[in-house]
Amino acid sequence: METLLNDFSPGLFMMQTVLLIVLILLMVKFAWKPILNSLNEREEGIQGALDAAEKAKLEMANLQADNERLLQEARTEREAMLKEAREIKTKMISDAKEEAKEEADKMITQAQGAIESEKKAAIAEMKATVATLSLEIAEKVVKSELSDNGKQMKLVNEMLSDAKLN
Amino acid sequence: MKTSIYSIKFFGLLLTCLLTINVFANQSNEQAQQDDGRVSTPSEIEEYILHHLKDSHGFHLVSYTNDAGERVHVGFPLPVIVYGNDGFTTFMSSEFHHDSEGKVIVEKNGSRFVNYHSKIYELEEGATELVFDEAHHPVNASKPLDLSITKSVFGILVVGLLMLWWFSSLARQYKKRSIPKGFGRVLEPLVIYVRDEIARPNIGEKKYRKFTGYLLTVFFFIWILNLIGLTPLGFNVTGQIAVTAALAVLTLIIYVFSGNKDFWGHIFWMPGVPILIRPILAVIELVGTLIIKPFSLLVRLFANISAGHIILMSLIAIMINLKADLTPVGSTALSFVLSLFISVIELLVAFLQAYIFTMLSALFIGMAVAEHDHDHEHDAHGNEIPDAEDIRENFI
Repeated sequence: METLLNDFSPGLFMMQTVLLIVLILLMVKFAWKPILNSLNEREEGIQGALDAAEKAKLEMANLQADNERLLQEARTEREAMLKEAREIKTKMISDAKEEAKEEADKMITQAQGAIESEKKAAIAEMKATVATLSLEIAEKVVKSELSDNGKQMKLVNEMLSDAKLN
Repeated sequence: MKTSIYSIKFFGLLLTCLLTINVFANQSNEQAQQDDGRVSTPSEIEEYILHHLKDSHGFHLVSYTNDAGERVHVGFPLPVIVYGNDGFTTFMSSEFHHDSEGKVIVEKNGSRFVNYHSKIYELEEGATELVFDEAHHPVNASKPLDLSITKSVFGILVVGLLMLWWFSSLARQYKKRSIPKGFGRVLEPLVIYVRDEIARPNIGEKKYRKFTGYLLTVFFFIWILNLIGLTPLGFNVTGQIAVTAALAVLTLIIYVFSGNKDFWGHIFWMPGVPILIRPILAVIELVGTLIIKPFSLLVRLFANISAGHIILMSLIAIMINLKADLTPVGSTALSFVLSLFISVIELLVAFLQAYIFTMLSALFIGMAVAEHDHDHEHDAHGNEIPDAEDIRENFI
């Protein structure tokens, strides 16, 4: 113990204390502070970059989900549109068919009407002609009857055979 | 480009040192030596080892005997600065001419100084030689306050400058790039290691930043000095009790002045124990905090480093001691193998002691600033981060 105390040099103790304090102050100012600040900054930067990457990944996933959703929507929409188009097509065809039928019916009716009227007109004309013929025959018959009975009969027969030709 | 400038500077420094060494060598060459300074007997070896463990006033590298039979000491002198009865006196240590037996008297400003076993004594009026009493205290001389640039102070200055150079250049590198190059790449993980493994867990996430500068400085200071102590330059700075005492006192001052209410509360009036025991505990705690803790710090470092130096030098001394028994080759080989082995261990011890000193300093500071809310912080994975209080519990 005494040797220890004897070896203890107060001068060295003072020098060491002063030098160490000066060294600590200088090191803190010129080395530790800038080094630790830079290290902290770098670590925060790395942490930030990692966070940003994580966030980007999440965003990417969101984006992908969005895309998927949009695609799905588009697909549904397309299907709906196709279905609608098909319906329209069917409707249009059926409409056209109906219209055509109606038109045809109308035309048929019209034609039938026309035929009917023509027939009527023909029959009327025939009737008139028959009437005229009959009248003429009657006239002639009457005329010949008035002259000779035999002859009148002959005439009537002739005329009737003529009339058969008609 | 920058490296080359540094290299030039470094070589300049080296050249200056070499020139000084040469000059000094020539000076000592002229001085006739009665004692040839050879170390060959066990008692001389012991004396040599004890001498090495002490601080010295000159920087001595190697001694040899030249062809003319003169003993040549290679090294360089360091300035001696003493505050004695006549105020400050300064002279170069070369004026003692390598004497450490108190024989050479240096007269300056009317005071006369001798160097006895690496300590400077100021002789009283009329005294021509150092005289000791039975307890080996000088009777006719006083010890002036020795503020010399001794070998240890020189070592401290060198390490301080090295640290400033290395770490400030690392700090400057961050201005240009976020990942350092070259030697900075070696230093950076060490800084991060001290911060994340010593400061952060022991002091706590909230307060570690304030003390990290001190811990980093102390860690690298001790470690580099320990390593320099292993080189053949023969530094033994961290084995000087004054140096370790200064370090321990600084830690003491820091944790005493940053201690919070809880810390002092636990010392003077320990909660949770019977009232009657509290005063006894207060005394124990106070002694523990103010004396035992710093004392353990200073003795641990001093003893470990001194022991390492003693063991290493003793193993080297096998070469001389067993020369007769094992032939010179055998004793040299044995000594080489053993001292190589212990050198590797000492490399580990150099780091370990720096780590332990810093670690315990951080722990003591952490205990002084710990908050007793027991609201543990959680890391990103939801695990509890142990705070200083838990570590204290584990430690005790």
